[in-house]
Amino acid sequence: MADRAYNAIELMICVASRFLEDGATVGVGTGAPCAAAMLAQKTHAPELFVVFEAGGLGPELAAMPISVGDSRTSHRAVMATSMADVFEMCQRGLIDYAFLGGAQIDAYGNLNSTVLGPFEKPAVRFPGSGGGNDFASFCWRTMVMTEHSRRRFVQSLDFLTSPGYLTGGSSRYEAGLPTGTGPYRVITDLCVMGYDVDGRMEVRSLHPGVTADSVRAATGFDIGISEGVAVTDAPSVDELGTLRTDVDPAGVVIGRGS
Amino acid sequence: MDSDVTSGQGPLFSDPDPDLARAFFRTKRVALTEKVMSAREAVATYVKDGDYLASGGFGTNRIATALLHEVLRQGRRNLSFAGHTTTHDFEILCAGHLRGPVLARVDAAYIVGLEARGLSPQARRVMQSGDVEVCEWSNYALAVRLRAAATGVPFLPTRSTQGTDTFRYSASRTIECPFTGKQVAAVPALYPDVAFIHVHTCDALGNARVEGIAVADADLARASKRVILTTERIVSVDETRQSPQETLIPSLCVDAVCEVPYGSYPGNMSGCYFSDEAHLREWLEVERDTAALTTFVDRLIYETESFEEYLEASGAKDRLPELVNIEKGT
Repeated sequence: MADRAYNAIELMICVASRFLEDGATVGVGTGAPCAAAMLAQKTHAPELFVVFEAGGLGPELAAMPISVGDSRTSHRAVMATSMADVFEMCQRGLIDYAFLGGAQIDAYGNLNSTVLGPFEKPAVRFPGSGGGNDFASFCWRTMVMTEHSRRRFVQSLDFLTSPGYLTGGSSRYEAGLPTGTGPYRVITDLCVMGYDVDGRMEVRSLHPGVTADSVRAATGFDIGISEGVAVTDAPSVDELGTLRTDVDPAGVVIGRGS
Repeated sequence: MDSDVTSGQGPLFSDPDPDLARAFFRTKRVALTEKVMSAREAVATYVKDGDYLASGGFGTNRIATALLHEVLRQGRRNLSFAGHTTTHDFEILCAGHLRGPVLARVDAAYIVGLEARGLSPQARRVMQSGDVEVCEWSNYALAVRLRAAATGVPFLPTRSTQGTDTFRYSASRTIECPFTGKQVAAVPALYPDVAFIHVHTCDALGNARVEGIAVADADLARASKRVILTTERIVSVDETRQSPQETLIPSLCVDAVCEVPYGSYPGNMSGCYFSDEAHLREWLEVERDTAALTTFVDRLIYETESFEEYLEASGAKDRLPELVNIEKGT
C-alpha cells in the first residue's frame, strides 16, 4: 500500500472506529483498539464510553496508555474501580463492545493467546487469557483487529483461550455463555469480516485494491466471500487528520504500519 | 473444545476450604499492633519456601518491587504464585530462576508478557521449560477466586471461561444454578499464604489508602493469610481515623508495613510517577542473553542491599524527576 495516502494500521483503526456508535460502551486494551476508540470519540462518537479491565471507567484519553492499568486509563475518569467491578459490568450486560487479540483465530472467531505446541511443554508460551476470555464471554459484540495471514487464521487452534462461536450453531450458548453475545467483526489489513447465521466467518468488505483470492490465500480455512462483495470505504481526510494529529501524534501505534 | 467438559483438569495449588482459613484467621491478632519494619525483615519473617505468593497492583502499576527483590536476595524457592496480569513482577521472579527454582506452581491468567512492550524472554524460558506446573484462569476468574476467599465461602460462580481450553486446564467445575438451571463455572476460593501490596499511604498499623484503580487489592488483602504492605509514605493513625471511609485495606488484615518511597519503580504509581519505559526496555533487552541477564540482576539486585541501593544502581535516581513530571502531566 506504499502508493496510498494511508498505511495498513491507519486503515484498520479508521474502519474499526466506525463500528463504535455514539453512546455505546467499549472495553479496550492498549495499541490499535485504544486508538480506534479514541478516534471514534473525536469524530462521530463523542459519547462513546471506554472501560479498561484494570479499573479505569470513562477516562478522557489525553495520551496513549502503555498498560491497561496505567494512570492514563483513569485520567479524568468518572471512576477508578476494581477489575472485578469492570468485568461484572460486562457480565451484567452493560458493555456493548470489546476488542480482543490472539496469536491464532479460527473460522468461528475462537482465539488462542496461550500456547503453541503441547500445553505441558509448549513451544511458545504466550500470556494466556488475561481479561480476554472474560470480555469474549460477556460483551455483546466482540471485535478483533489483526494482521491477515495463514499463520494467524488457522483451521485448528493449538489452544482455545477465549470463546468465539465455539463449534458454531448454538454451541456457545449451550456451553453456558450469555445469550446473544459473540464475535461481531474481524478487521484485518485485507478486509472486514463478519459471521454467518451458523457463526462462521465471512468477508463483508474487501479493502481498496484487495482481491478475494488474496484473502483466500492468507486464510487457513474456507472463507465465505460472496460475488460482488463490497469495497471498504478508504479512510477519509478527516479521519486520517484526527488520527495523526489528535489521537496518536507521536506515531506510537500508527508509526509501525507497513 | 468439547463444551461438555464439566471439570477442569488443572491442579489446585491451595486448599479452598473456608474452615481451614477461619482456623488460621482466628489466630491473627494484628488489628491494633504497630508493624513497621524493613522490606528485608518482612520477607524474612513472613515468606517461607513453598509458600503461595500473590502480587498486588497490575504488573507494572503499583507493584511492591522491593519485596519481590527480597524474595530473590533471600533465595526463596518452590513458591506458588497467582498471576492476574503479572508482568514486571513476574519478570523479577523469573530472573531469580538463574540461581534456582523460585516458582514451582503458577495460577496463570496473564504471565510472560509485558503488555504492549512485548514478551519477557526469561519468563518464556522458565515457562517453556516444563518445570513449572501451570493452572489456567482468566483475569476475572482469578479475581473471583480472591473474592470467594475474601467472602469466606469455598467458591463463587462466573459465566466466563466456559466452553474453552482455559476452563479445561483450570481447576473449575461447572454446576447448574439451583434457581435458573443455567450452567455456571464454580471457581474455588484462593487463600494465598502471603500477599505483597504497594500503596500510596498507610499508617503504622497498616490501614492503607490507594489513589487510582484498586485492581483486585481489596479482595487480595482480605483473602491472604499474611499481608505485607510497602507504602510510599507512612501517615499517622490520627489521619486514618479522621477519614476512615478512605481506607481500602484495614489493619486487621496486615502483618507488616514497610516504608518504601518510589516503591513501585520501575512501574507506574498513579498520581506520583510514571513507569520507566527505558528501564523496562533494558530488562527485556538483557534477557535475550542469559549471561547478560545474570550480570544485570547481580549488579542491580543481588549485589545491592536494599531498594534504595537498587534505585542508585539502576540510575532511577536520575530519571525519577522526569517520571514525576510525566505523571503530573498525565
